[in-house]
Amino acid sequence: MPLFENGQIMENGWQTAQEGVALPEGDVLVPLSRLAEGLGRNGAGRLGVVLEPADRVESLREALPRLDLVCVTFGSFRDGRAFSQARALREHLHYTGALRAAGHILPDQYEFLLRCGVSQVEIPQGSDPAFWQAAHTRFTVAYQPSVLDEKPEGTGLRRWLLS
Amino acid sequence: MPKLLQSTLPVGRYAYDEVDRAFLAQRVEQFRDQVARRLSGALSEDEFKPLRLMNGLYLQLHAYMLRVAIPYGTVSAVQMRTLAHIARRYDRGYGHFTTRQNIQFNWIKLEDTPEILDVLADAQMHAIQTSGNCIRNVTSDQFAGAAQDEVLDPRVHAEILRQWSTLHPEFTFLPRKFKIAISGSAQDRVAARFHDVGLIARQSEQGRPVFEVIVGGGLGRTPIVGVSLRDDLPEEDLIAYLEAVLRVYNEYGRRDNMYKARIKILVQALGREAFLEKVNAEFAAMDRSRYRLPAEVVEAIRARFGAPAFETLPDGAESLAAQCRADREFAAWVSTNTHPHKQSGYCSLTVSCKPAGGIPGDATADQMDLLADLADQYSFGELRITHMQNVVLGHVRQDQLYALWQVLQANGLGTANVGLLTDIIACPGLDYCSLANARSIPIAQKLSARFADNTLQQEIGQLRLNISGCINACGHHHAGNIGILGVDKRGEEAFQITLGGSTGDDASVGQIIGSAMSEDETVDAIARIIDTYLVRRNPGERFIETCRRLGAAPFKDAAYATV
Repeated sequence: MPLFENGQIMENGWQTAQEGVALPEGDVLVPLSRLAEGLGRNGAGRLGVVLEPADRVESLREALPRLDLVCVTFGSFRDGRAFSQARALREHLHYTGALRAAGHILPDQYEFLLRCGVSQVEIPQGSDPAFWQAAHTRFTVAYQPSVLDEKPEGTGLRRWLLS
Repeated sequence: MPKLLQSTLPVGRYAYDEVDRAFLAQRVEQFRDQVARRLSGALSEDEFKPLRLMNGLYLQLHAYMLRVAIPYGTVSAVQMRTLAHIARRYDRGYGHFTTRQNIQFNWIKLEDTPEILDVLADAQMHAIQTSGNCIRNVTSDQFAGAAQDEVLDPRVHAEILRQWSTLHPEFTFLPRKFKIAISGSAQDRVAARFHDVGLIARQSEQGRPVFEVIVGGGLGRTPIVGVSLRDDLPEEDLIAYLEAVLRVYNEYGRRDNMYKARIKILVQALGREAFLEKVNAEFAAMDRSRYRLPAEVVEAIRARFGAPAFETLPDGAESLAAQCRADREFAAWVSTNTHPHKQSGYCSLTVSCKPAGGIPGDATADQMDLLADLADQYSFGELRITHMQNVVLGHVRQDQLYALWQVLQANGLGTANVGLLTDIIACPGLDYCSLANARSIPIAQKLSARFADNTLQQEIGQLRLNISGCINACGHHHAGNIGILGVDKRGEEAFQITLGGSTGDDASVGQIIGSAMSEDETVDAIARIIDTYLVRRNPGERFIETCRRLGAAPFKDAAYATV
């Protein structure tokens, strides 16, 4: 499924590890349980990790400098744990690489994802990319600090969203 | 005539500017788009539901219900007229004040809602986060900025929390709803111990506020009195600390069972110490400077609040006493419906929305307009909705009370029952709500009619009677000195009685005294419980005190005496 990043639709060049199958060549996303295997992989290709909602972000602390992608997942768009995971990756672990959101997500949540530190989303099957495009520039102001450290507007709590 | 408003800032609430207006306009457009996507099928009902709930739109038994946010319960006369207009134009001519100091309209059409949100936005109002699994409307003291016993006006910090929590990127899809109340008085009038987070502010020696943070209280299916996490939270860490509490809740709160998903269940499961440890660990690890709330930000937001331009008046107690001696009905009203003010010559008054035999919390569009006019004339254009579902005029001159009371009397708003038995809290019940087991309104009306006699009510004294139509407890039955809980008894509506609940500093959870009875049997049983109290009480003892001294047994015997 295509990715959406910085207002652009992009191709997803990453493969996802299949259960019971050896890790492929190239850029691959592994579950947390196969992180060691991924790190020990020989040959070219970048490594990413998929976090399930119940996974602890802290468990990535050591491996993080060697990862090129972290993907947080939504089993349901109503389960907001991935927002906290994304924010913790940026704020607690100071992760600066690519941070993807995948699973059941809505364009209506795009602003929240970005402000929690997500940099790219995997557009779910059947979701119209036009709604994601619209969501990208929809809002200009927010009322609280976020990990993006947006520019404060005036002296109150407000922040400008679009730089 | 009292002086008109001295400034353009609305008294007691935050004034929007162009940036706030633009924010609301963008959000209304988003909702209009969501409604269109729902109607076109691009959004499934399952996907649309949380989005409409984020904008206060419920689907009830017979129609959509729209719940409009009234931050910290404070509303201007202009806004009240807007609410009256919505009641007339889009509903059936009335609205219902809720226990979260909001107002809801029960007969709304889905396709009208974007337009209603436009009308609200024009009046600096919205319905954002009045529902859904997010941080709900922040409630506060109905006598904020007025009460003699107040340390500081909590509404500035309530506004800060409103802003901080509005479409918070991390906390908009929590395990369950999250309710915050804030008090600026040691006398807790906000039920801080029955909230997900209750905050009690006081002044530090350095002149800035500090807060006690109470967490994990609540009613609903599992009523629990909250636990105090700390009582020394500095103002500058208010947002950071709440971030930490919410992060722990978002990460660890249960998501497998919606009835066990509130933070109170998490706090109980972990225990206070383990929960506190997690919060403290997060608080220590976070980038504190990012979330710091500097005094200048607080002051910038405070500067957007209007303040009442009080006149210098002598204390009016003596002439008020003379008026009371001359008119006993007025005297009864003054004794129950007024509250002492910090400014000499003024008082706060509560307009009861619970007339004899009426529906608790309902107000007609005409009454809303009248209240708006009275607020303009007598109380600096400011009104407050109380969590008891009444309306407060916060700053009324004592020497104008009598004239004001006569207008209220003439319009069915002069009932002298605030804090008495017929000041009933009731949820909408099975008349509206798809969750309810029983109708709350008819039994409330019967009790209200039964105990309407003011002399009798005054004799009974302070008593909280709360009614919920199901165990979700929107009528806060557990928190009532007497609670009534609607249940389904073999397909019939029936009611259980609870005794001993209380909010405030002595918070306690009411306990069920026995099996459910029919509506009429319940009304009779409550009459016998009251009789027992009147016979058994010690001089000066309130109902709740007699209850605690004697235990439930004599009341239970009385309740089931003839059943």
